[in-house]
Amino acid sequence: MKSFAPTFFAGMLFSLGLGISGMTRPTKVLGFLDLAGAWDPSLAFVMIGAIATYAVSFWFIRRRQAPIADTRFFLPAAAPIDRRLLLGATVFGVGWGLGGYCPGPAVASLAGGGHEVWLFFVAMLVGMAAFAAWERRREKAAAAQDSERPMRSKQED
Amino acid sequence: MIDWFYAILGGVLIGGGSSLLLLFKGRVFGVSGVIGGVLRPRQGDVQWRLAVLSGLVVGGAILRMTSVGAFDASYPRPAVVAVVAGLLVGFGTRLGNGCTSGHGVCGISRFSVRSIAATLVFVLSGMLTATVVTLVTRGGTP
Repeated sequence: MKSFAPTFFAGMLFSLGLGISGMTRPTKVLGFLDLAGAWDPSLAFVMIGAIATYAVSFWFIRRRQAPIADTRFFLPAAAPIDRRLLLGATVFGVGWGLGGYCPGPAVASLAGGGHEVWLFFVAMLVGMAAFAAWERRREKAAAAQDSERPMRSKQED
Repeated sequence: MIDWFYAILGGVLIGGGSSLLLLFKGRVFGVSGVIGGVLRPRQGDVQWRLAVLSGLVVGGAILRMTSVGAFDASYPRPAVVAVVAGLLVGFGTRLGNGCTSGHGVCGISRFSVRSIAATLVFVLSGMLTATVVTLVTRGGTP
């Protein structure tokens, strides 16, 4: 497919950025998150550099009818803040603060870090699969409840 | 001081990579979401994800060959912590619909209220966790 190369290059550029900024070093990430030690605020500048760059390019790119190699833009629709978002972010933060890896740097470190990043990565996949299974079960339960409701009302009559 | 320069430079590259993906495929560069879509594949929606992920891995291999010092000499926590952290990060990012890249970079840049809230929460939760771990382990080892 003709879009493989630019998409691959996007991932590579992103990865180089993670490595140059220090995000692929758990000692540095934990140095940023840990306020009780010698606090290292430099990682805040990663976000500033990334947001400044993306905010400008986003403004230009969104003026296009469609992306170069696809039919349309796939952007999440605006939605209210809900419990799932806050709970998920909290759980993610605990994992980040314990291990010093978030998903991007973990993938970027697979070919460069020690063996612990592979433990983290595989466990992360298990966590994601567990979520997918939990979500499927919830969806099924919700569907079953919907189909039960008319029956129950019939019995009451 | 030099760390700040590298942090901004790295951030610009991260923003640039995310921009390329938006320009070519119209997708948000959210790594947890990219992986999640591979685990629950939909037709025609997998190849770009694998391209992004292989780019990330190859980028890491390139970093390894250079002398920028992108990787720690050793992992600062016991190996079992990496496993527990991985489970929490995997479940949490899917429940909360994103991680540092999707919410923190792409979402905030679009002024998404959900992403701003999520980023505040996971940074605060991460800080609280890392700080408590330090205080507890420091107290345990005199």
